[in-house]
Amino acid sequence: MANIVDHGLGSPMKRLISGNEAIARGAYEAGVTVATGYPGTPSTEILESLAGYEDVYCQWSPNEKVAFEVAAGASCAGARSIVTMKHVGLNVAADPLMTLSYIGVEGGFVACVADDPGMHSSQNEQDSRNYARFAKVPLFEPADSQEAKDFTIMALEISEKYKTPVILRSTTRVSHSCSLVELGERINPSREIGLEKNPPRFVPIPVWGRPMRIRLEERLCQLTREAETSAANRVEWRDRTLGIVTSSISYHYAREVWPAASTLKLGFSYPFPDALLQKFASRVENVLVVEELDSILEEHIKSLGIACQGREHIPGIGELSVDRLLASRAKIEKRETPPETRPDLWHDLPPRPPVLCPGCPHRGVFFALGRHDVVVTGDIGCYSLGAFKPLDRMDIILCMGAGVSMAQGLEKAGERRRIVGVVGDSTFFHSGITGLLDIVYNKGRSTIIVLDNRTTAMTGHQDHPGTGRTLMGEATKEISIEAIGRACGIERIRTVDPYNLQDTSRAIAEEIEADEPSLIISQSSCPLREKRRLGEPLRISAERCQACKRCLALACPAIECPDEMPSINQVLCSGCGLCEQLCPFEAVVRNQ
Amino acid sequence: MRSKVVGVVLVGVGGQGILLAARIAAHAAMLSGFDVKTNEVHGMAQRGGSVMAQISYGMAVHSPLVPKGTARALGALEQVEALRHYDYLAPDGLAVVSSHAILPVTVSAGTARYPEKAEEKLRMVFPRLAYLDAAGLAASLGNVRAANMVLLGALSRGLSLPEEAWLESLHSCGREGDRDLNWAAFQLGRSIKL
Repeated sequence: MANIVDHGLGSPMKRLISGNEAIARGAYEAGVTVATGYPGTPSTEILESLAGYEDVYCQWSPNEKVAFEVAAGASCAGARSIVTMKHVGLNVAADPLMTLSYIGVEGGFVACVADDPGMHSSQNEQDSRNYARFAKVPLFEPADSQEAKDFTIMALEISEKYKTPVILRSTTRVSHSCSLVELGERINPSREIGLEKNPPRFVPIPVWGRPMRIRLEERLCQLTREAETSAANRVEWRDRTLGIVTSSISYHYAREVWPAASTLKLGFSYPFPDALLQKFASRVENVLVVEELDSILEEHIKSLGIACQGREHIPGIGELSVDRLLASRAKIEKRETPPETRPDLWHDLPPRPPVLCPGCPHRGVFFALGRHDVVVTGDIGCYSLGAFKPLDRMDIILCMGAGVSMAQGLEKAGERRRIVGVVGDSTFFHSGITGLLDIVYNKGRSTIIVLDNRTTAMTGHQDHPGTGRTLMGEATKEISIEAIGRACGIERIRTVDPYNLQDTSRAIAEEIEADEPSLIISQSSCPLREKRRLGEPLRISAERCQACKRCLALACPAIECPDEMPSINQVLCSGCGLCEQLCPFEAVVRNQ
Repeated sequence: MRSKVVGVVLVGVGGQGILLAARIAAHAAMLSGFDVKTNEVHGMAQRGGSVMAQISYGMAVHSPLVPKGTARALGALEQVEALRHYDYLAPDGLAVVSSHAILPVTVSAGTARYPEKAEEKLRMVFPRLAYLDAAGLAASLGNVRAANMVLLGALSRGLSLPEEAWLESLHSCGREGDRDLNWAAFQLGRSIKL
């Protein structure tokens, strides 16, 4: 087919790719040789994409702190490295971040963090730009895929030039939107690899750490000059009545809502490019700061003595959008927004929430738990969906690993009911083990259930230390959860088949009564990952069914009961048999 | 607003092929010489949730999200999802909706009702509506899963991308073995009188 494109947009070197794919491409082109991370939406695809390139070693670590430390080690040895995570993952990695800026790096080091304003798939929304200021490291914020690639390369160069870790901060709408990117060639790394023997450089015990602290401040001054002249920061002069200071995806929204305004678009946004901010503000009549979540730019601009508007008009809760900013603009200009004339259809539409898949092994455990009067401390993963009715079997979730540790806390506070902590296999390796140690060492008696579906499911089925396979697809040691339980000192350990309701329920009943800590491992591979059925689809016999609707308590999407009589959707049913076990009339039958 | 950017919104339920349809549309726009941005919401689709993909194309595109009330075309492979996202479509935009119903868990569990007279409601909110049995039409070509391509073909009538761009896009996206079927399904949808 002849090339029908005039101006090269469809040319072979331009691709429509996501922000995450672009970050990976940037890392590849910049000569990165080591990349680590832990899965977390919306960052997961960065490492998955990078693993597809030659000459880049990529690995999933058990958690973000370890991932960060591995990449830091590689970087100090001279290799260009990146670590990827979502915003809450940076919390886990905060300890090494804070001190890496002291000892510095050798090969470029970029921490790629993807925030989730609006909490599309997170337990909170947080503005990771705060970490740049806190750790005193440079911050880059791409607004689209081309910048995601270009800024990754720039970040690695700045990192190496100033021997500082750098944060590249994306958001859901940058990471998961696709836009056009011009690809380039890889520069092959040429640094010699080897950790320089120089303890005063790399060991921040106080006598050496204090001079590092002073050098850190000097470096920030130099980086400020760098930011003030960086190509990543751009002034666009248009009408001088209004000047908008913005960064990240908000820039694009602001361009649609205030197309005539001048803009100062920050891409290298920390250290704050003060001279640039002052120059821009002095040449416009009014300054408006358009930023999501925290008022970081606004507060800093005001601290420079520059008058500006921002959070009083621009929402700081949830993500921004063209729609929300149109409302902000109307408010600023004191225009009435016209009354809503569109019909409210949503009232009558049935919600379509995410649910556990047909055949999910977690369903069996939650249903069995439902038969006991226990408090359930939960954790993060597909199984978090067990909190919804009708399963309704997860009473509190805090963060990764807290399903284990909070159980101990409830007990020590004097909770009178029995306590069960629920955690997934990947989460267990991430940060459940230390909680388990706490329970044993500090003489708790909780029952911990590890839902072992042999994968990191919710983020897209990644491998972890228990699966026996690395990110690069190599076979490796398969680490045993049971062995870890024993090593932690737990004596009561049992494995259950989550598709056997009676056995699972009995195991729970026995373990919650025990006067010592127990570990129950519910083991069955994720059927979505395996793309397999567990058995032939079941069906409900019309003759035997009494329409008691007890099967609906399983919250299985394959069991349909829009009217009186339930039926089983033959396409969706995975044949797991849970409904067969609980029907009091034996009305669920296997097809012949 | 957005007079120079065309927005297209595609909605459905996980597994219906919405994302592939969006990729093909984006590719066709790219081949036609436009700047393109797309957005997809990930993850929940596989667990029974809704899927929405958005495409924006024009000489220069800023927001990858289509603002409410500006989409030139809305394609829906499931009826309730069409109703749920109806406010993305511009007042004079084209809605192409497949007469397919996938019960959400809330309905199959009996805690919510699937709207009766869905077609009536659709006609009420979409002045320009093409209501078709995309799955049935795809089945007539041999594979019900090509419903997404039938829908895309019908939708393409509301956009002004050249046919060659669609042809080249359909022949370079998706699984190789599906491409002839995809093109046939697309053409079938495109030939429907709206």
